[in-house]
Amino acid sequence: MSKSMRIFTLALASVLLIAGAASVPAASSEADFKAAYAAAEAANKEAGSLRNQWTVTAAALAAAKKAADAGDFDQAVAQSKEAEALAKASIYQATSEKELWKTLEIR
Amino acid sequence: MHVRSAIHFALAALALAALPFLAAPSAVADDTSDPVADARAFQKYFTEKFPKLKLEDFVNGPYSMNEDMHRQWEEKEQFPPYEFSVEMGKEMFAKPFKNGKSYADCFPNGGVGIRQNYPYFDDKEGKVITLELALNRCREANDEAPFSYVKDEMAALTAYMAFTSRGKPFDIKIPNDPRALQAYQNGKRYFYTRRGQLNFSCATCHVQSPGERIRAEVLAPALGLMNAMPIYRSEWSGMGTTSRRFTTCNSQIRGVPLDPQADEYRDLEYYLSYVSNGLPISGPGARP
Repeated sequence: MSKSMRIFTLALASVLLIAGAASVPAASSEADFKAAYAAAEAANKEAGSLRNQWTVTAAALAAAKKAADAGDFDQAVAQSKEAEALAKASIYQATSEKELWKTLEIR
Repeated sequence: MHVRSAIHFALAALALAALPFLAAPSAVADDTSDPVADARAFQKYFTEKFPKLKLEDFVNGPYSMNEDMHRQWEEKEQFPPYEFSVEMGKEMFAKPFKNGKSYADCFPNGGVGIRQNYPYFDDKEGKVITLELALNRCREANDEAPFSYVKDEMAALTAYMAFTSRGKPFDIKIPNDPRALQAYQNGKRYFYTRRGQLNFSCATCHVQSPGERIRAEVLAPALGLMNAMPIYRSEWSGMGTTSRRFTTCNSQIRGVPLDPQADEYRDLEYYLSYVSNGLPISGPGARP
């Protein structure tokens, strides 16, 4: 392989590598956002019934809505998923603390 | 012989497998439901943690925790920042409602020197009644609009009522009523339950870490915390009620606060006040 051929192959491989790395999943749609947001809201509502909502969940939900209003559904879906994860963590906390609080009690 | 070994092995394996289940109840012990024993253990914990402090000094919160802070407090008390609030509360208390009645008509002893008896358990309603709640109910019973639980008017009224009760020991009663004991238990559970994204309970700061710093703040001990309410906080540049303290504690640990005077907060105040029985009312207080 000539020197120029080798350089060309290397350049081609680099371009392909960069293109591969930069490739992203298909853009999220409004329907994706609506589904993700509904799931997050449902989880947060459950946390509310346990009297244990987190402020950061509300902030992530608000950020999701703001991104959706701006037409950025990738960001809106990402924030909704973040909100759902936070809400689920708050549910886990409330459920486990039903017994665990006793370990902190002064006796 | 082989059979016996196999049986021994199986029994050992079973015993090992059962260990976590056997250990679980002792790790999370059953709750005692004994307020008298609770209060004794609570006060013993703090007096042993801070052996140099007299019991009555705990009502001074972070100012009781070290000498420098105690000096700051003594200087602050020369011109106390809550003085304006006490004056405002005194005027408000004396001013009749539109119907001619006043706050004094709603409370025993004309509302003077009674702070140490709040909150109390109301057997008719089956719930805890805090002083803030009683004040707003008094207003509503006399066709006046209720005050915000977290703002200056409520702080002023409770500041004045606390001021007239200074030195009187907390005397919270738990009547012989299962609902009262349940309210106390609920308050205790709330106090120790971790919440918010930071996974803090009230006890994380005020039992495990009093005297330690959280950023620039020195954390107050839970013992005597309610005796100083309401408080002037330099951080707030103003007065704050018990409701304000509870709701901001919740939001600081990234939990969504409940409504002021929600049942949980009323029960929490009941528990926290009960375990400080015997310590003098020092409110209104001043805090960094």
